[in-house]
Parts: sequence; structure tokens; C-alpha cells
Amino acid sequence: MFSKAFAVFQKDFHSEIRTRYAINSLAMFIIVAISVILFAVGQEKISEALTGGLFWVVIFFTAMSGLARAFVSEEERGTSLTLQLTASPSIVFSGKLIFNVILVFCMNTVIALLYAALFESFIIQNFLLFFLSFVFGNIGLAISSTIIAAIIAKAGAKGTLYPVLSFPILLPLILSSVQLTLFALDGTTIEQAKFELAIVVSYDVVMLTVSYLLFDFIWKD
Amino acid sequence: MPWKIILFLLLSFVSIAGIAFPIVENPQTWYEFPNIPGLEENAKIIFFHVPTAWLSLIAFLMSTVFSFRYLKRKDLDDDAKAYSSAQLGMIFCILATVTGSVWAKFAWGAFWSWDPRQTSIFALLLIYGALFALRSSIESEEKRATLSAVYSLIAFVTVPFFIFIMPRIMKGLHPGSADDTNAGPVVNFNMNSSMLLIFFLSLIGFTILYFWMWKVSYKSIIYQDKLNKNLIRG
Repeated sequence: MFSKAFAVFQKDFHSEIRTRYAINSLAMFIIVAISVILFAVGQEKISEALTGGLFWVVIFFTAMSGLARAFVSEEERGTSLTLQLTASPSIVFSGKLIFNVILVFCMNTVIALLYAALFESFIIQNFLLFFLSFVFGNIGLAISSTIIAAIIAKAGAKGTLYPVLSFPILLPLILSSVQLTLFALDGTTIEQAKFELAIVVSYDVVMLTVSYLLFDFIWKD
Repeated sequence: MPWKIILFLLLSFVSIAGIAFPIVENPQTWYEFPNIPGLEENAKIIFFHVPTAWLSLIAFLMSTVFSFRYLKRKDLDDDAKAYSSAQLGMIFCILATVTGSVWAKFAWGAFWSWDPRQTSIFALLLIYGALFALRSSIESEEKRATLSAVYSLIAFVTVPFFIFIMPRIMKGLHPGSADDTNAGPVVNFNMNSSMLLIFFLSLIGFTILYFWMWKVSYKSIIYQDKLNKNLIRG
């Protein structure tokens, strides 16, 4: 099971390496988004709370610009039928999920590094809490955007529909992750923030289960 | 047929009672409502606002139930039911948002203040909007039914999270929320029996109204589909 899923991931990875479409567009999108925020802020000194919120604004829109590729590219190249013949739905979903998790981790690490370098008030007091919320938030983001990407790919309208469909699903995750980022910037202890951490972890588990249950219906025509 | 007349009388009674019955300090007769501190005359919205908010949730629940049924049985009638329930839910959701924010202008001083309930009804509006955007983008009937059923099931499992997250992130202003010291849990002990009676009559009346509207709406969709199929066959 895992080796087959890994094979699907490898296929995606190789085609990504060949074109470098997702990596290039995501990198450029991050630079554009952050520079727009920096121009808007100007000489203003912005508070910690605002930085934590803006951090997740950039993460959300970057994810929306790049993560739909996993399934949309299959439909565009007309290869989804071949993939349906060669692998069972759960294996395809696992492979795509691994690809998107890795993509989200790379992209968010770059965003976090740029934020730490460019925003004065983005100073993490509690690094362990930030790391935990970062890891679980990224996994949740990857799971939800992968399953919505599968819906979008089958729905035909690819561009604008993706953020519209993803936002209500991601809203609980974004709200608690913004809160957790603020806690990490404030230096709140993990003990005080464990309620939000539990929310994020249970969100990951619930979305993963639902995605595996429902992916069969999306994938089979 | 007689139940429609009874429903009409019930809703007329609720509307008249909810608007016209006076609010006094010490209710003596059955048609006087008690004064709830912090709400006063504004309390009367409970007869119209709460049923619409309640129905926007019930409609979402019914839509999810029939989406699930569609995925199990692949019967397009179930999709028609889920879709028409979502349409009605959107109407009630907009009504609840508008009545709520007009009330909030008088009670809290602003139309919108991201109270937990306001945020959750906003999330519900977003879910409904996304569902309709998704449906309008797909041509094929089966595909549209399957994808929107899957989406509404995914959206449904995120709902419990809002219940847990909201009170932690924002302070509740809404009457009946956990940290509301002013009006307190309105439904439990601040209303007298006649106010409670009219409140529940209103809930029952609006719920029957919803099921009636729903039946008319999904039947019209199902008959329309049948007619179209007959036309195509010639």
C-alpha cells in the first residue's frame, strides 16, 4: 500500500522536477505577496497580532495558488483515466497527499523564514509551540486543500472556485492557527495553549478520515 | 388542506403576539411579557430571529442527510431534495443574518462585531455560497450531484469545530452565550411561561413552514427533470 502510494508520489515528483511549474509559481507568489504587504505597511510599525494574522493570510493565498495542481494537472493532461486503471483511489489520494504535504512544508518554511527576516515584530518567543502548531497546521492545510483540489479538478472551473470552496473548510484551522501563532509570538506556554493544539490535531484527524472516505466518490466517474 | 389553514392561523397569531404583546415589569395577565434586563423591547426579536437561525441549521442538516443518501443510493431525487433544502437554508441564513445585525445595531451599537454567533452564521453563509458556486460550475447532472454531496459532507464535519473554537477566540455578546452576565441564558429562566409558549409556537410554526416549502420546492425540481427527460425522448 505504502510503496504504491510512494510510486504515485514519485511520478508527481518527477513530472514536477521536469517542469518545475509548482515550485517556480509558488516561490514567485510568496515574493509577490510578501512584498505587497511590505509596501502596504511602509514605515508603519505593526503589532505582533497583525503580523501573526498576515502570516496566515500569505500562507492561505499561497496554498490556494499552487496546491490545486496535484489533481488539475492530471485532468489537463488527460492522464486521470490511466491513473484510475493502475491504482486504487486511496493509493492515488495518498500519493497526492504526500506530494502536497511536502510542498506545503517547503512553502511555509520559506514564508516563515522571510517573515522572521523582514518583519521586526515577528519574534518567536516559544519556539516549540510555534513548531508544533506549524507542523499540525501544515498537515491540516495539505489534507483539506488536496481533497478540495480533487473536487475542483472534476468540476471544470479551476481558477476562482478553489479559494471559494476551500475557505469555509479551512476556516476552523486558520482561526486556531492564527491564535497559536499569536501565542508563540507572545511566549505563552504549551500548557496554556493545549486547547488550540488539540483542536488543530483533531481537525487533522477528522479531515484525513473524511477525505479517505469520500475520495472514492470523487475519483470514480 | 386543513393543516395549511391551521399553520396560517398559528403563524398569524405568533406574528401578532410577538409584535403587539406589551413588555412590563411585573406581568399580571397571560399576554404580558416580563422585562429582561439588558434586552427590554429588543427581546421581541426572539420570536422571529431565532426560528430563522434554527431553520438555517436544520436545512443544512437535511441537505447533508440527503447528500449522504444520494452517495449511497445514487438516486437523483435525493440530490433534488438536498439542493432545494440548501436553497431554503440560504434564504433563512440571510434572514437570520439581516435580522440579527439590525438587532445588533440597536442592542450593541454596531451592525457587525464578530461575535461567535455572527462568525458562525457567516461561516454557514460561506458554505452555502460555495455549494451554489460549485453546483453552477458543473454541467453533467450526476457529476454535479456527487461533487456537491461530497462537498456538503466535508463542510458538515467542520461545523463542530466552530462550536469549540469560537468562545475561546472571541468574547460572546450574544444573549445566551456562556460569558453573558447581563441577559443570562434567556431561554431558561428569564422568560415567563407565556413568552416561552409563543417562542416555541413560533419555532414549531416556522419548522412546519420550512418542511412545506421544502416539499413544494423539491417536487418542482423533480417534475421539471421528468418533463425535460420526456421532451428529450420525444
